[in-house]
Amino acid sequence: MSIKANANVQDAAYTSFYHDAFVRLKRDKIAIACLVFIVLLILVAIFAPLIAPYPEGFQDTSAILAGPSSKHWLGTDEFGRDILTRIIYGSRISLSVGLIAEAIAVTIGVFLGALAGYYGGKIDAVISRIIEIFASFPHILFAIVIMFVLGTGVINVFLAIGFVGWTGIARIIRAQVMQLKEKEFVEAARASGGSDLKIILRHLIPNCLSTIIVVVTMAIPSDIMYEASLSFLGLGVQPPVSSWGEMISMARKYLRTNPTYSVFPGIALVLTVLAFNLLGDALRDALDPKLKNL
Amino acid sequence: MAEQEVLMAVENLNKWFPVRKMGRARGYVKAVNDVSLQIRRGETLGIVGESGCGKTTLGRAMIRLTDVTDGRVIFDGQDISRLSEKELRPLRRDMQIIFQDPYSSLNPRMTVGDIISEPLVYQNMYSASERIDRVRELMDLCGLDPVYIRRYPHEFSGGQRQRIGIARAIAVNPKFVLCDEPVSALDVSIQSQVINLLMDLQSRTGIAYAFISHNLNVVYHVSRRIAVLYLGRVVELAERETFKNNRAHPYTRALFEAIPQVGFDEQQKKAPLSGDLPSPVDLPSGCVFHTRCPYTQPRCRTEVPDLREIDPGHYVACHLV
Ligand SMILES: Nc1ncnc2c1ncn2[C@@H]1O[C@H](COP(=O)(O)OP(=O)(O)OP(=O)(O)O)[C@@H](O)[C@H]1O
Ligand code: SF4
Ligand SMILES: [Mg+2]
Repeated sequence: MSIKANANVQDAAYTSFYHDAFVRLKRDKIAIACLVFIVLLILVAIFAPLIAPYPEGFQDTSAILAGPSSKHWLGTDEFGRDILTRIIYGSRISLSVGLIAEAIAVTIGVFLGALAGYYGGKIDAVISRIIEIFASFPHILFAIVIMFVLGTGVINVFLAIGFVGWTGIARIIRAQVMQLKEKEFVEAARASGGSDLKIILRHLIPNCLSTIIVVVTMAIPSDIMYEASLSFLGLGVQPPVSSWGEMISMARKYLRTNPTYSVFPGIALVLTVLAFNLLGDALRDALDPKLKNL
Repeated sequence: MAEQEVLMAVENLNKWFPVRKMGRARGYVKAVNDVSLQIRRGETLGIVGESGCGKTTLGRAMIRLTDVTDGRVIFDGQDISRLSEKELRPLRRDMQIIFQDPYSSLNPRMTVGDIISEPLVYQNMYSASERIDRVRELMDLCGLDPVYIRRYPHEFSGGQRQRIGIARAIAVNPKFVLCDEPVSALDVSIQSQVINLLMDLQSRTGIAYAFISHNLNVVYHVSRRIAVLYLGRVVELAERETFKNNRAHPYTRALFEAIPQVGFDEQQKKAPLSGDLPSPVDLPSGCVFHTRCPYTQPRCRTEVPDLREIDPGHYVACHLV
């Protein structure tokens, strides 16, 4: 429920916390460059069919494992498929892993973290144990196990990465909610009849929002890397779907015949991961300097 | 006191917090002990005492922001001491709270309009558009310019923030408001403005206040009656004038000591008495004040003095009075 301005009354302009943060962020040139890069990447992913020089799956039998040329700017793979086209389509996988897997991780993490922090006691003890168990395995190993159980495929990649990636955010949200719930505005909400759920949704989670934004931005690059690793290991997306990790994996065999085959998807991966990392750093500085030693 | 005049009645109230060590309860912090008092409609009861004597705990128990260990809280004729959070929800329209800290009491991510209308939302009062009008009216009433309705709390001064907190508390037209040190965090120059606002609102709407403070001047100024708390017990309770000339309890006398006849001087920052405040975990036997009382007698160490009415409306808990 938000109060909307009455049309007949001129309300004073207001500055919000997020507005201030954006002003701070705008001063950071590198962050803005990263933001522009990410926005472009998103556009590329959305409009892949319009941008890609060839249709997805098109095989140029006259050019197998060819190096860069005017016909195929970044060369071709072992089936004569245009590598630029495949990288462009592969951005869809990388970005949707970042988006969907992270959405799964955030949903689980925020929900369990808020419950543990708000109720404390036994609920907290149980959730904290679960977090410890999940966090004690190396993420990639855990993801591999899940992929073995679920089987390969794009959706299962999302699920596996989402299910292993929620512990970090759960811990942070739990600690923040523990602090926040002691604030008097939470007590005020209770004193006027707010239920636990309303207090969590209206007061606690909105006050964690900047943390959530920062943590998500910082987690996306590792999600993208997990996808690449799973696909590299042959557990992730399966051909003919292109993913950068899967391309690098296939390119291994042709390092001698066409070295650029593995280089270009690698560059795409590194640039994307770097852009999210740098943007995450800048967002943290602008939104939530307390998280410095994360 | 006529029955229907009483709005809030606390009867033999106890609130103990378990002290846990290694997961087991090892005794209790006895924050409120056997307190009985009444607040009439439209009046202000001042509650004074040293830091840690249980003022906040008593207040929070009155409006059931905490459960009570023992005893009863009767609000507007209804025993609310055992009600669940859910059962209390509709009653919260009639009892509200104003906090000490004007910073932590307002959600920094919400606009002033959202903050003030929050109780109206929880209590399902007014339609969404009527709420906006109500918020503007409340802002006006509390000395805030309604054009700032979409601003965020950090854009206001401490005094203005406290006005926002007051507007939020009175939004639902409560019968009772707990004011827990509502001006202690404010500049002295702002304090009187906020106090005047509270008194003004009371004369307009007939709210009853429980006014907690350790500033005796302020309490004397706003209250009709004053209760003096020591280690979670009421040691003296009377009309405010009594505290000017007829303070009876040795603790009250010490507390009000250096204060001239007309009005009260500076607020007393240090403990006004020699000796340390005993721990509320191990309360002194008999009269809780006997470890620091200049008049201690043998029976004070063994017998708990009752809160007796020594003059009409003047209650004291001391064997000597
Ligand atoms: N949630 C709690 N758990 C354990 N002990 C508590 C809790 N709340 C208060 N206490 C203890 O109860 C006693 C009374 O505290 P309370 O806050 O009511 O005092 P107060 O008179 O309001 O003090 P102040 O003037 O400092 O606000 C103190 O000893 C305090 O440590
Ligand atoms: S009862 Fe005894 S110890 Fe307590 S205040 Fe009176 S004289 Fe002092
Ligand atoms: Mg207090």
